[in-house]
Amino acid sequence: MLRIDNLHASVEDKQILKGLSLEVKPGEVHAIMGPNGAGKSTLGNVLSGRDGYEVGEGVVEFNGKNLLELEVEERAREGLFLAFQYPVEIPGVSNMEFLKVSVDAVRKHKGLPELSSVEFMKLARATSQKVKLDQAFLKRGVNEGFSGGEKKRNEILQMMLLEPSLCILDETDSGLDIDALQTVADGVNAMRNEDRSFIVVTHYQRLLDYIVPDYVHVLADGKIVKSGDKSLAKELEAKGYGWLEGGVA
Amino acid sequence: MSEQVEHLIRKEYAAGFHTAIESETLPPGLNEDVVRFISAKKDEPEWMLEWRLQAFRAWQEMEEPDWAHVNYPPVDYQSISYYSAPKSMDDRPKSLDEVDPELLATYEKLGIPLHEQEMLAGVAMDVVFDSVSVVTTFREKLSEAGVIFCSISEAIEKYPELVKKYLGSVVPQKDNYFAALNSAVFSDGSFVYIPKGVRCPMELSTYFRINEQNTGQFERTLIVAEEGSHVSYLEGCTAPMRDENQLHAAVVELVACDRAEIKYSTVQNWYPGDAEGKGGIYNFVTKRGVCHESAKISWTQVETGSAVTWKYPSCVLRGDNSVGEFYSVALTNNMQQADTGTKMIHIGKNTRSTIIAKGISAGRSDSSYRGLVRMNPGADGARNFTQCDSLLIGDQCGAHTFPYIESKNPSAVIEHEATTSKVSDDQMFLCAQRGLDPEKAVSMIVNGFCRDVFKELPMEFAVEAGKLLEVSLEGSVG
Repeated sequence: MLRIDNLHASVEDKQILKGLSLEVKPGEVHAIMGPNGAGKSTLGNVLSGRDGYEVGEGVVEFNGKNLLELEVEERAREGLFLAFQYPVEIPGVSNMEFLKVSVDAVRKHKGLPELSSVEFMKLARATSQKVKLDQAFLKRGVNEGFSGGEKKRNEILQMMLLEPSLCILDETDSGLDIDALQTVADGVNAMRNEDRSFIVVTHYQRLLDYIVPDYVHVLADGKIVKSGDKSLAKELEAKGYGWLEGGVA
Repeated sequence: MSEQVEHLIRKEYAAGFHTAIESETLPPGLNEDVVRFISAKKDEPEWMLEWRLQAFRAWQEMEEPDWAHVNYPPVDYQSISYYSAPKSMDDRPKSLDEVDPELLATYEKLGIPLHEQEMLAGVAMDVVFDSVSVVTTFREKLSEAGVIFCSISEAIEKYPELVKKYLGSVVPQKDNYFAALNSAVFSDGSFVYIPKGVRCPMELSTYFRINEQNTGQFERTLIVAEEGSHVSYLEGCTAPMRDENQLHAAVVELVACDRAEIKYSTVQNWYPGDAEGKGGIYNFVTKRGVCHESAKISWTQVETGSAVTWKYPSCVLRGDNSVGEFYSVALTNNMQQADTGTKMIHIGKNTRSTIIAKGISAGRSDSSYRGLVRMNPGADGARNFTQCDSLLIGDQCGAHTFPYIESKNPSAVIEHEATTSKVSDDQMFLCAQRGLDPEKAVSMIVNGFCRDVFKELPMEFAVEAGKLLEVSLEGSVG
């Protein structure tokens, strides 16, 4: 699915990722944890191809393709999805329209026919129920005036509709109350299957009570310094990150 | 992303081509003889010629205005030809079958096939190709309802009393420099008359197209809606690519009698000039309507074309309880300049006006909103709401707002809101991450920005407006 080898990346000449390696196989859920400033969000941004991130050394292979050569939208169409930490608003563009053009773009890439408006509206309504987002939000502007929780649910709604093969959740838990966290986790868990993989980036162990990962990695100072199973998350919660950072230095 | 954007911004004007139809054109220059020639060519009565000459003499005394926030080299009014007609027009076609096939092909290229328009939209077309109306359809159906929809030349001939009564009643000959010029040399345009109590059975539509090189185009439109009547009028424009600047100075006059309603929608897509600002249309337009008691005039415009735009569709709210509306999207790209807005003159009691103006600037363009809201002493209880939003694409363009507010009545209420925003990298990234290419993303974001205005357009026009925006600025993000 995804193979990252010795990835280096910088933002405005500041080196953030310093030789990160990670392999994600189909169906696996990997949690990336780490202290602030370790490069957690950078990883999601580099993988999705955001402007302003300069990739130095390293190889990223996604479903057999050189991911780094693809444009942002091509990566998305290939099945890479990034759920944003801070989803942005697009005033005046209805959520429904946005979802439809997105789904159409991905389906077209897969060689599938466009869904008719009626088919799509049915699907979107049913899916919005699953993430407990009132249908009224489909008619509103994209994220326009949504609360933090509503924005995150909207991200999961997009993820469900686009059916990506690799989902990267960038601190999706930040700013969520327990109910919203549960809803988001339910959405993710419902999508877990043997072909779909997840990279869950989070600062806190809490989210991993709901989305149980197969592997937990600690990202510190631009590389993965420790990997383990879900018990590592518990250990981190108890001990903090300090002991690991000290260890690498 | 920026390279891609550069490429997209430079996309050539899709409607840029020139149709080789022979024209009968007057040599450049303007004097009384030219005015007489135009009038004679159109077999006009003496009173019309006099009216034109009055305007011409006034124009000679006037100076071109320079207060607008636009810059262009001085126009040499003596280097312009003031009359041009397609030659095949001596015999007026009675139906589309008789129309010059090349002309029809021109419309096909623009994606507005007449046949389709006619059948699908049920629209009566008064097509202006250069200066003479080429074909009018659906005339019969309209005449059953008592509606008159014809060229202004025909109206002068057939309905002289109506024309005499209303021509210049809203925009006088001496109103301004360009209106005076238009009054002297107007070539053709549309005339609409809706009798008392009649609801016009279809939307009336005119497509303009400037085609003859060096020919200024001077449309004159007059719409009169009698008491309690209702009409929706659509105007759409596009022009072929060329190098020399072309002058366009149109005048549109609307008269809404008691309780009448006029909805006037424009989609304007004239050649804006190339990426360096070479060529392109100068669009200096005077549009104004007068509302009598409880009448309503609604202007909706989507301005995407022209090198320089100078245009302020206005409402004079003379009668009590009358309503004026102005919904505008003005988009400028590359080197385009637009100074556009509206005037709402509240004279009657309890008059209301709404202004929603959306300006979009991309490339190195400059877009200004200029609006006047005036509450006269007698305008008790009058209200205005104005909302001006600017959207910037890239960091080399400009957006300006010049709101003028004059209130001489303490009971009048005026509200003004203004915002300026940018198409952000974050928005573009979100769209791309969801699989959209930059072109689609920008057009979607811009369309969203314009939604409040587009929903005021008639259905078929709203679709076209969306397309125009896409063509005009696909993917231009910096």
